[in-house]
Amino acid sequence: MAKLLVVLVGLLLMAAYLVYVERRLLARFQIRLGPNRAGPWGLLQPLADIIKLLTKEDTVPQGADRVIFCLAPAVVAGTALLIFAVVPFGEGWHLGEQPIPLVITDLNVGLLYALALSSLGVYGVTLGGWASNSKYSLLGGIRGAAQMISYELVLGLSLAPVVMQAGSFSLVDIVAAQARYPFLLAQPLSFLLFMVSGLAEIKRIPFDLPEAENELVAGYHTEYSGMRFGLYFLGEYVTMVVLGGLAAVFFLGGWRGPWLPPLAWFLVKVGVVVFAMIWTRAALPRLRYDQLMRFCWKFLIPLALLNIMATGGMLLWAGG
Amino acid sequence: MSRGERNSLSALIRAVTGLLDTFAVVLKHLCRRPITEEYPEFHRQLPARARARIILTRDPDGDERCVACFLCSAVCPVSCISMVAAAREDGRRFAPWFRINFARCIYCGLCEEACPTLAIQLTPNFEFCEYDILTMVAEKEDLLVAHGGKNRDYNFYRYAGVAMVGEKGSHIDEAPPVDLKSNMP
Repeated sequence: MAKLLVVLVGLLLMAAYLVYVERRLLARFQIRLGPNRAGPWGLLQPLADIIKLLTKEDTVPQGADRVIFCLAPAVVAGTALLIFAVVPFGEGWHLGEQPIPLVITDLNVGLLYALALSSLGVYGVTLGGWASNSKYSLLGGIRGAAQMISYELVLGLSLAPVVMQAGSFSLVDIVAAQARYPFLLAQPLSFLLFMVSGLAEIKRIPFDLPEAENELVAGYHTEYSGMRFGLYFLGEYVTMVVLGGLAAVFFLGGWRGPWLPPLAWFLVKVGVVVFAMIWTRAALPRLRYDQLMRFCWKFLIPLALLNIMATGGMLLWAGG
Repeated sequence: MSRGERNSLSALIRAVTGLLDTFAVVLKHLCRRPITEEYPEFHRQLPARARARIILTRDPDGDERCVACFLCSAVCPVSCISMVAAAREDGRRFAPWFRINFARCIYCGLCEEACPTLAIQLTPNFEFCEYDILTMVAEKEDLLVAHGGKNRDYNFYRYAGVAMVGEKGSHIDEAPPVDLKSNMP
């Protein structure tokens, strides 16, 4: 129970400070300074943001479906937090005789669970867009649904070779299978596919069409204010951390690494992946919608299928 | 390899290198010094004709320049200037009260251009934010300053606007009267 609380608080803190880190980094990429006023180096900025969001008026637009409208942000934030339950973030400690495994729960279908929850996250986006009773929100919701369902396929297909190599759906076992070398070396194409589809799945630039601000105001969360908007925001950044964690577990060897303690290695790997996402945001423009769909269905999915076949062939050949 | 294949391959290579190029460029910028000027600590030099808070100036001899002619009020596109006109015992007009609503002012400077006596002038002082919008309304005593603003020597009443004293042609810059009879060919 205590572990659950620590992980939850840690994850929320990381998400809150990720907003700060992203704003600072993005600013430096654009040779600006970023938020540096609240506290030393602006370190209290997330706190100020939270206070602002909590004290803001919570509006529900006229004609909105109240129940769904209030529920949708919680779906996004909730699914994002729940995925982290299967991510192992350390080797495991011992408190006297009692072992403390550094994972909330070692599900034997952990990978499927993570994929399923990321699919459920689509509901938060679509229902939020639908329930707002606004054109922009609805358009954002529709785009979100189409994009996330499409890229989910690539996400699943890019992980199939990992499962084939590790021989298990459990994330703990997948980390254990990378004892000799991280899967990144064996599956670089899978890693690329995973990162691209992961970016699309969390709706970040260059795949941020569901919230494209210059076309759709803010997309599916246009009508949200106060902490409900905060929940969407939180969900988005928690998903970033979770995606970093998943990338670390599936391809970068999880918490494994020399010299540093396992937990530190895990955090470093998550940090590297998250930095890559922010870097991408600074570098790339948004795709057009037809480009987005064509890229997924005509390029990524065939590539992922070929990758699975090649991996299967290699495994058969190597296994004899 | 057919021509079409080669073309699409080179297009792919160009696309990939183009993508990597942008990543390299933004990464290079990460190491550059930010160009941000941090405002309250750093004040950038304003342009010579920066227009901001409005003042009412005085003659060199200390009288108010404003003659309450309502030209500024009339030309103001957002109608933020209001006043009342009155006359002193010596016949000179003045404004008993003069009010500018800075919450409405757009600092276009048209009032300054319209003013015949150089009374109303825009200064570069732009730092007068308020929390309450009603405190942005400035009365005459807030606007009036003790100097002549941009042109300290100008005195409208030395040229015009007062009853003439003395002979014709004795006024400043006035040509002596012409004798019509001596002007014949």
